[in-house]
Amino acid sequence: MATYQTRFGSLQNFEKGGVEVINDDARNYAFSNLYEVAAAAEPYEKVAVGKNLKYVLEAIRAEGTSPWYTTSHDEAAIVMDGEIEIRLVKLEGKLVAEDHEGTTMLEGTPKGPKMGYIVARRGHMALLPKGAAYQFHAAKPGVILLQTIRGDLTVERWKDICQK
Amino acid sequence: MGDGKAQHSTPNRHGYHAFQIGGFKFERDEYFAHISWPGGNHIMPVDKFLKALMRDVAWNFFYGVVNFDEVFGTTNHYGTVDVFAGLYNGGYRARNKHRMETFRSDEVRPVFEAMLDDWTIEGFDPFAAPEETGTAFGPKRGNNHAAVTRKRVVARRMVGLNDDTPLRGDESGFRVNRHFADVDQTEPEVHAEPGFENEVHAFNFFAYLSRSDVTWNPSITSVVKDSLVCPTTEEFVLPIIHGNDRVEWFVQLSDEIHWDVTDRETGAPRARVVMKAGDVAAMPADIRHQGFSPKRSMLLVWENADSELPELYAKKKLKPNPVDF
Ligand SMILES: [Fe+2]
Repeated sequence: MATYQTRFGSLQNFEKGGVEVINDDARNYAFSNLYEVAAAAEPYEKVAVGKNLKYVLEAIRAEGTSPWYTTSHDEAAIVMDGEIEIRLVKLEGKLVAEDHEGTTMLEGTPKGPKMGYIVARRGHMALLPKGAAYQFHAAKPGVILLQTIRGDLTVERWKDICQK
Repeated sequence: MGDGKAQHSTPNRHGYHAFQIGGFKFERDEYFAHISWPGGNHIMPVDKFLKALMRDVAWNFFYGVVNFDEVFGTTNHYGTVDVFAGLYNGGYRARNKHRMETFRSDEVRPVFEAMLDDWTIEGFDPFAAPEETGTAFGPKRGNNHAAVTRKRVVARRMVGLNDDTPLRGDESGFRVNRHFADVDQTEPEVHAEPGFENEVHAFNFFAYLSRSDVTWNPSITSVVKDSLVCPTTEEFVLPIIHGNDRVEWFVQLSDEIHWDVTDRETGAPRARVVMKAGDVAAMPADIRHQGFSPKRSMLLVWENADSELPELYAKKKLKPNPVDF
């Protein structure tokens, strides 16, 4: 019986495909590679690699300890490379308005009861629940793909990351 | 609005029933599905037809246009559905040979479900990759009721939470697929303080996908308002050509898929998109696309379920491409 090798990507090792235009403009496809984006990003920079009106998928280079963040809605984090610790604190009182969308950075360490922590590696998905504050920690560089809404911290640099 | 009643006939000499919705008639023989309407006929290999019909039924007509091939398909209007022949085909349109009838979705669904169940024989699984299933061809022989009535996974918040759609494991009958035998199955460490067990949550998403028993069937695993992460495992050819009614996005999680992208209205070629692990690409709102996956691969399909979008794109109030740069 044949054996199969499943090919995942990583910061160190990824291959890129691309758009082969027949009768079109490659920019219509906003084609990028999230490992390439994270390789060129600052730690915890939130670079949009997908945008569907107000919703975004952000590629985040996880390296060292991040600031604390919160949102008025759930977010989902998919670890695409490395090992990332996610620390969660239940916020006392509302620090962001219910209608404020996207990720908000908090000053310092938030007050509130510890909810717990997660240690996630490549291929793991974690809930970043609304009403919680969270912090990432990665001893070595890793990559997070974050399902969220475009916010104050979202970086858009399509011209730099996409095939033209 | 058409008449959505199924025609309950006696079986033909191959053992299959005929079905009808409005002016569209459907018959099968040993190899083919025959579709006819006043003024036209169409023929499709029955395996191809059943694989497309399976998706149309399981997805409740999905987003936008489900082209079974270059001629026949459905367009979802979320409550009503157009059944068409030649509507998105340049040649048919040029000579006004196309036909389209609109039905209530709940009229078409039972007819399609009954046809899928009647025409799928024992040993054929329309959701499986070709190497994983028996033949669709031949005279009527048994059925595969269990395979054609699978429920699509639709998480409300995230897979694995209490009161949400469950994780997959050997014990629930979801074994690791032969193409994903090397996918790490270890779960993340989750340390929840008492009272926060249902909020401190993580799971092995790639292991979950490695245990998918279906191909080309996006299911919902995480939800942020109208933003839906809809991963799917892909092998061989997407059995439909999906015509978008909004922008959708792909993130290739593993391996490689090639996409043929053609014009939504006419099917004229526009681009090929080759995606490898980590690649991200948008499918604009004015195209249709069909994927080819040489090895079973993991694809994250990302949808915006905002119900106002189809009209905004149709009326050109939104541009078909997602970002300008
Ligand atoms: Fe699609």
